[in-house]
Amino acid sequence: MSTQNKKHPDDVETTGHSWDGIEEFNNPLPRWWLWTFYATIVWALIYTIAYPAWPLISQATPGVLGYSTRANVRADIQRFEQMNAPIEAELVKTELTQIPEQPELMNYAVNAGEAVFDTWCAQCHGSGGAGVQASGYPNLLDNAWLWGGTIEEIHYTVSHGVRNETDPDARFSQMPAFGQILEPKQIDQVVQYVRRLSGQEADAALADAGAEVFANNCAACHGADGTGDQLLGAPNLTDAIWLYGGDVPTLTETVTNARFGVMPAWQPRLSEADIRAVATYVHQLGGGQ
Amino acid sequence: MSILDKHKIIEKNATLLLVFSFLVVTIGGIVEIAPLFYLENTIEKVKGMRPYSPLELTGRDIYVREGCYVCHSQMIRPMRDEVERYGHYSLAAESMYDHPFQWGSKRTGPDLARVGGRYSDAWHVDHLTNPQAVVPESVMPKYGFLKDRMIEPTHIEQRLETDRMVGVPYTDEMIANAAADFKVQVDPFGDTEGLLQRYPGAQVRNFDGAPGISEMDALIAYLQMLGTLVDFSTFQPVASR
Ligand code: HEC
Ligand code: HEC
Ligand code: HEC
Repeated sequence: MSTQNKKHPDDVETTGHSWDGIEEFNNPLPRWWLWTFYATIVWALIYTIAYPAWPLISQATPGVLGYSTRANVRADIQRFEQMNAPIEAELVKTELTQIPEQPELMNYAVNAGEAVFDTWCAQCHGSGGAGVQASGYPNLLDNAWLWGGTIEEIHYTVSHGVRNETDPDARFSQMPAFGQILEPKQIDQVVQYVRRLSGQEADAALADAGAEVFANNCAACHGADGTGDQLLGAPNLTDAIWLYGGDVPTLTETVTNARFGVMPAWQPRLSEADIRAVATYVHQLGGGQ
Repeated sequence: MSILDKHKIIEKNATLLLVFSFLVVTIGGIVEIAPLFYLENTIEKVKGMRPYSPLELTGRDIYVREGCYVCHSQMIRPMRDEVERYGHYSLAAESMYDHPFQWGSKRTGPDLARVGGRYSDAWHVDHLTNPQAVVPESVMPKYGFLKDRMIEPTHIEQRLETDRMVGVPYTDEMIANAAADFKVQVDPFGDTEGLLQRYPGAQVRNFDGAPGISEMDALIAYLQMLGTLVDFSTFQPVASR
């Protein structure tokens, strides 16, 4: 075991340090290590010349390679935009209703639209588009539409949003808060009437009385038969598809304090091609008309 | 070589070694940090940035208090995937009034640097109250209690003054009107002219939809203005960064 250190102590210089008679060899550093070390120093110098580095008076040296993170990201985005430019131009040019007729365009729109949907819409409308019932985020899979289910109507809704403050062309309507208008008894009556309209169990006497309250106060927006009005975004109350809910407490809350569902406008954030893509995607989910 | 031979002195004197080590680190620090304070292109010159309104600042303090930064960054890096998902990459100018900044390095949830206007106020209330109700897969905790915690602008003047001490350009007028501005930002029927003139682009709404000013109002006021101030038509990227 003692033969491990092949060098005889006398062959090597010591550092001259001595602790209790124990001396320290002064072996040179391994050559490969030393040269690597020098190389890193040279590399560092070259690097600071090639890339932005040394701070001067008003700016840092730009580096001879002209590298810029911000220019790179712009070039990167432009490269992809250019690759998609022909088909996106086609998408923007084509009549919305004609998109499904063209398989290649349709394929692109649906795939791009799904990516847009997952990024920007899923948080409210659910990752599959089924919405969040009871919170007023509508299901986009069924064929009940608040504002219209043709691709043009969907395109308009997505572009301008609903009841937001930012887009003057946003879809807008407002149900009054009937807590200030009707007697509590009348609210109970109309709630029972809405229950009957939607085919649910209802108190017959209250619902009978509610029919008149409905005709006087609600029919203007929800229609005489309660099937709603897409020009006003007034939901169909007969289809048992609820934005907020069809149980008695929720209906009472809806009628008393009204609702005000808001969706942001997407025109400021998404390109026209993206909006068309996502409108096409939503349209083909199942409920498109 | 004679000076190099003297290293024994430093090696044998712990205090001296400490002093010299500190000196080396200081020089390194000065060379790296000091230029950022005088270089002209550290902070981009863009239009639209203004100090936080008193309500937004209060919301920001709640954001910091609740540790939202533990899961959320506020720094969109200059990379294609981030720019496409969140919007324009963050500028230094956008956090120049932040003390402390909220850049962060941990994203359990998404980046929030441009979340302003992306959702409705009602969505924020639903989501903060019970994130799983709107995003079933979410691991974000519930913050519904914020809605029940009513707040008054008790120390708001001092709060603005503190920020002024570290360089945020709050004017005397802003500080004098802080409490009034705080209250009027949640009152769509109030006299908001002064507020909007002092803090252009401030959004005035009853953010949580409930009477009174709650911590929820302040937090949503803050979230809804994040990343909305800079007018990007005035932004000219310079080469070399
Ligand atoms: C902040 C939440 C939110 C986000 C994000 C959101 N929406 Fe909506 N959306 C709503 C609400 C709320 C409504 C219902 C408005 C109403 O009550 O009339 C709605 C309505 C719609 C409608 C009309 C449905 C109908 O029945 O007429 C469409 C279509 C739609 N959204 C598509 C989208 C698309 C596409 C996106 C993504 C680009 C999106 N939404 C993002 C909240 C949101
Ligand atoms: C000015 C038009 C208008 C009038 C009048 C009106 N509503 Fe509405 N109602 C709407 C709109 C618009 C919505 C959708 C609100 C939203 O999406 O946030 C709505 C939503 C509802 C809902 C929620 C439906 C769901 O799916 O959850 C119910 C229930 C309802 N109204 C009942 C009534 C009753 C009962 C009356 C009469 C007492 C009435 N409405 C009067 C416009 C009106
Ligand atoms: C445990 C980590 C965690 C904490 C702490 C946390 N969040 Fe989140 N947050 C998430 C996750 C995960 C998501 C994505 C899923 C979702 O939307 O709920 C998210 C999403 C969000 C979103 C939606 C962002 C978008 O663009 O979709 C907002 C806004 C938000 N959080 C705000 C906050 C605020 C404000 C706080 C502090 C009061 C907070 N979060 C604390 C994890 C967290």
